[in-house]
Amino acid sequence: MEAQIEITGFVALYIFMLAAFAGWVIIGHVPAILHTPLMSGSNFVHGIVVVGGLFALLNASTVTEQAIGFVAVLLGAGNAAGGYAVTDRMLAMFQTSGQQTKHAKPRSHTKKA
Amino acid sequence: MFTMIPQLIIGVADLAAALLFLYGLKRMSSPVTAPSGIFVAGLGMLVAILASFLYAFGVSATARPYLPGNIALALVALALGGGLAWWSGRKVAMTAMPQMVALYNGMGGGAAGAIAAVELFGGTANGVTQLVVTLIGALIGAVSLSGSLIAWAKLDGILNKPLRIQGQQIVNLVVMVATLAVGGYIVFVTLAGAAPVITMPALIGLFFGLALLFGILMTLPIGGADMPVVISIYNAFTGLAVGLEGFVLQNPALMIAGMVVGAAGMLLTLLMAKAMNRSVSNVLFTNFGTVAKHKKGDMPGSLKPVEAGDAGIYMRYAAKVIIVPGYGLAVAQGQQKLYEFVKLLQSAGVEVKFAVHPVAGRMPGQMDVLLAEAGVPYDLIFQLEDINDDFAAADVALVIGANDVVNPAARSDKSSPLFGMPILDADKAKKVYVVKRGGGAGYAGVENGLFYGDNCNMVYGDAQAVLVKMIEAVRGLGLSAAA
Repeated sequence: MEAQIEITGFVALYIFMLAAFAGWVIIGHVPAILHTPLMSGSNFVHGIVVVGGLFALLNASTVTEQAIGFVAVLLGAGNAAGGYAVTDRMLAMFQTSGQQTKHAKPRSHTKKA
Repeated sequence: MFTMIPQLIIGVADLAAALLFLYGLKRMSSPVTAPSGIFVAGLGMLVAILASFLYAFGVSATARPYLPGNIALALVALALGGGLAWWSGRKVAMTAMPQMVALYNGMGGGAAGAIAAVELFGGTANGVTQLVVTLIGALIGAVSLSGSLIAWAKLDGILNKPLRIQGQQIVNLVVMVATLAVGGYIVFVTLAGAAPVITMPALIGLFFGLALLFGILMTLPIGGADMPVVISIYNAFTGLAVGLEGFVLQNPALMIAGMVVGAAGMLLTLLMAKAMNRSVSNVLFTNFGTVAKHKKGDMPGSLKPVEAGDAGIYMRYAAKVIIVPGYGLAVAQGQQKLYEFVKLLQSAGVEVKFAVHPVAGRMPGQMDVLLAEAGVPYDLIFQLEDINDDFAAADVALVIGANDVVNPAARSDKSSPLFGMPILDADKAKKVYVVKRGGGAGYAGVENGLFYGDNCNMVYGDAQAVLVKMIEAVRGLGLSAAA
């Protein structure tokens, strides 16, 4: 099996088109109540850019490339980790009336979730 | 041959990551499955990051001597960036969520821009398509970075006034055209093999500088109330930039994840703009406030203030109460007290529902998160289209810290800047209480006819203080009944 991936011209456009359509359809079904976690969640998903940063950094062969690659990984990792942390925290807060009895005390503002 | 196995593993891992992202986002479409959804997506991210270290097996001969150092740098960057962001994300207050998301988003845009910079400086892009896509990705990423940072500063209160200069749009246009011109020149020089007027690195630096400047100039004039749209749009921008850089790096996981987010962000942007009665271009290119010049006609009727305690007791004996929370409630940190009051009403047999407008808050759906944080179960929270018919049957509508989203002028007054905006029909309830700090107009600077209606009473004061008084009044009632 050929492991090297080569995406050119129309193949790229097909991938973009299908991905955009998938995003539109999936997100279209998310209720408005979840729009904030959804936005931070999709914010987390584009943190995948850190993989591109790693590729660039590992292939760096000059100091300039190393420096910029380092920044790319640093920022990408921040995007991914931060996006996950806030989304996870917010989603844990959504409870139904039935679940409330188990977590009787409402969370305070200062306490960590 | 030696490099084939790692490549295969990376390919499979990226494929798995793309699938896990899509499946995770799909699971986020219901509050019940959403927590597992982000976990699934997180798993995808972990797999992709771990596998990407296998790129080390495929580096070119020139980069090989640097490899140990580069791996060390990568680990440091991951730990530092990831650790700091994780820590800040864990401790940030829910009210500060919009600026936090803006910040993380800017980071993503910056990362995409930096990848493009490495490609451009290294001169590794082959062919005109790759070069042009790299440049477009760089432009969008850089705009998203600087724009998000400005949005963050605005939301965080560091920059608190929209900054507008004469001929702003012309300046923006000039900067935009200049950026594109420099980008075009880079393509021309690379293809023709001609000697550029200034060195290539300087040219690339100029390109990034102009793009960053454009992001700043574009965001500075936009007011705080329009931030939900701005955050959504930069989220979409970063997604797009990541997708385009994914194409340059020939990485389908980046392409798919980026484009999914790009499309999702665009959809959210349009939803937000619709809920605010503005078009996206109107938000970006028109200064808010210029449209609000609207004659202040005298309102029929008068403002009728009442005591908080009396309003609380009235609600205690109502059968059905709908609460309309607005951003003013969050500013006063009154969500906890509000839910305490609601629980009192519920235990007295009152049916209570929350009605949330799509733009309540500084980012889409922020009010829902703030209520959830206070412990309000999400089955009590209703969105505009699901609850608007209920107001006519409600005994009381309690409006706290909201103004423009309940302004009936949006339905009837064609001359109002709010006309056409979907609003919560609080005025249709039998009785309306409005908790408000003072007599001023709303964010849009428009008088609210609701406040002057025969069925409406004003309760002046800080939302939290007012709620405390309401709770005391209702509690006192229970005590005297028992005595």
